[in-house]
Amino acid sequence: MAELVLDRFPGEADADGTVIELVGARKTYRTGSIEFEALRGVDLAIGAGEYVAIMGPSGSGKSTLMNIVGCLDVLTAGEYRLAGEDVGELDEVELADVRNRRLGFVFQQFHLLPSLSAWRNVELPLVYGRVPAAERKERAVAALERVGLGEKLDNRPGELSGGQQQRVAVARALVGEPALILADEPTGNLDSRSTEDVLALFDELHAQGRTIVLITHELEVAEHARRIVFVRDGLIQSDEVNPR
Amino acid sequence: MTWSETLRTGWAAVRGHKLRSMLTVLGILIGIAAVILTVGLGLGTQKDVSQQISALGSNLLIVTPGSSTDSDGVRGGFGTGATLTRSDADALSSEVNAPDIGAVAPEKESSLSVEANDTNWTTTVVGTTEDWLDVRSRAVTSGEFLTADDDADGATVAVIGATTATELFGTTNVVGQQLTIADTAFTIVGVLDTAGSSTDTDLDDLVVIPLTTASDTVSGGFDRNSLTTIYVQAASADQLAAAYQEANQLLLNLHDITDADSADFSIDSQDSLVSTATSVYRTLTVLLTGIAALSLLVGGIGVMNIMLVSVTERTREIGLRKALGAPPWAIRRQFLVEAGVLGLAGGVLGAVLGVVAATVLPNLLDTSIVVSGAAVGGSVAIAMAIGIVFGVYPATRAARLAPIDALRSE
Repeated sequence: MAELVLDRFPGEADADGTVIELVGARKTYRTGSIEFEALRGVDLAIGAGEYVAIMGPSGSGKSTLMNIVGCLDVLTAGEYRLAGEDVGELDEVELADVRNRRLGFVFQQFHLLPSLSAWRNVELPLVYGRVPAAERKERAVAALERVGLGEKLDNRPGELSGGQQQRVAVARALVGEPALILADEPTGNLDSRSTEDVLALFDELHAQGRTIVLITHELEVAEHARRIVFVRDGLIQSDEVNPR
Repeated sequence: MTWSETLRTGWAAVRGHKLRSMLTVLGILIGIAAVILTVGLGLGTQKDVSQQISALGSNLLIVTPGSSTDSDGVRGGFGTGATLTRSDADALSSEVNAPDIGAVAPEKESSLSVEANDTNWTTTVVGTTEDWLDVRSRAVTSGEFLTADDDADGATVAVIGATTATELFGTTNVVGQQLTIADTAFTIVGVLDTAGSSTDTDLDDLVVIPLTTASDTVSGGFDRNSLTTIYVQAASADQLAAAYQEANQLLLNLHDITDADSADFSIDSQDSLVSTATSVYRTLTVLLTGIAALSLLVGGIGVMNIMLVSVTERTREIGLRKALGAPPWAIRRQFLVEAGVLGLAGGVLGAVLGVVAATVLPNLLDTSIVVSGAAVGGSVAIAMAIGIVFGVYPATRAARLAPIDALRSE
């Protein structure tokens, strides 16, 4: 049953298989009278099943790009289609719904709720997606088994190692069957062994056909991806296939 | 997110900070218990007062001297004039002049020292006639009451209240015993049935003697013929209004007063006494309840304070929930429910404390506290409402947080 749910290919892309489509994306921040252009016209298309790393130094606009792609922020100008849906002009409530249905987040600081057990953390996206309670638990358990934490269902985050916590977060990103898994410096707080562990997990997910966008400033991490996009000064500097 | 889900989350958040939640709940708890107690105390006192007044007897009009408004609008106090006399009482008993008046009991009341077997006891000595027993709704347990002959003869006989009997003789089995009032020896012919006590007067602490004896032997002096009160009993409850008119007109005529506004007596019915007394207590109750409500307000501010702390502390949680797809209303509801849980817990515990105190306190204070189900249910609902109302601002703040800023906060 669990396998059935998780092995389903996330076929949320539009007809031509494009998950992310940014056209002339601009983002301007305004603090008082000072304007700052974080994105200055970015064109980017990511297809279903791709594993893309977005790299760039701090201040390059990579975090802004991640916020835009993650529907946590909206563009000042340009277009953004996520799995065929135009999210450029959605309001706060609609954006929340898009995040819930289309996206799975993995954060540098894990962002698990310390008072909840592992499976309660994993079921959270389903709670907001109005999935019935029984199905939620089933899917949360399946997702945790998928990331190798079938034995730690009832443990709280405080009782897990950093690597295990990040795997719980990955399970939480998977559980809603999103079109895109968006990982923001997922290994930034991990030791080298846990880093390998989590990256291996991403490799597996990619092999199963998941679409993954990974934001990082470490080349060793980016090397796992099949395509590396460099961002600098709010523009895409290079976009290359990673030969591996 | 379903309601049960939200409730579970709210409860978990409240339990997650036990001490803080308990202190917040305490603020509401004290306010609710205070409201229940003050309202209960007010209702209880009103009940006591109306019971005391009802205990005076049924269909009663109470005529007291001197309480009048003179032509300058200056109102004299109760009993300031010695204007009522035995002849007034006799005129009121006339069936011809006052057909709606059933019975009349004049009272000449004084506080005197009574002596028996070397024991002294200061009590109320009431001079009256044989109708007193019926008019005041009393009964004798042993012996008999004063007769018309006792009054006509100025007999030195007395009927005694249970408390007085016990204080003087140590027993209520005292018929035939002697007691001394103002150097005159009286024979006890009867003992009154107990009528209970009110907060300030013991209705069983009195000695009843014939009115003639009271005027001639005990009292004497200028005021000897004056009465403190005339109790007038209407022939039936329906005739109370007519009896009032007759009594008023008769007394005005007897006292040669043409202007009813300058009457040198006043006539009250039980109803008017009850409403006067209860209106005083109602004002007091409103005042006390207002103070108790203020403490509830302070409790509500406590809830708001804690909820603001909670929102600040859980900024990252809010950011995460939003990133995972929680719409603003779900976040707002989560914090409102949390505030409501705090309020409700305070309300329920406060109601328990209030009810317990209302059961224990009357034994210590000698007043009744009436706790109504409506007051308890109402205060619990109010407590929850306070929690929610004072939770609105913090919850709205939480709902408005931008997810990116919230996620980045440390």
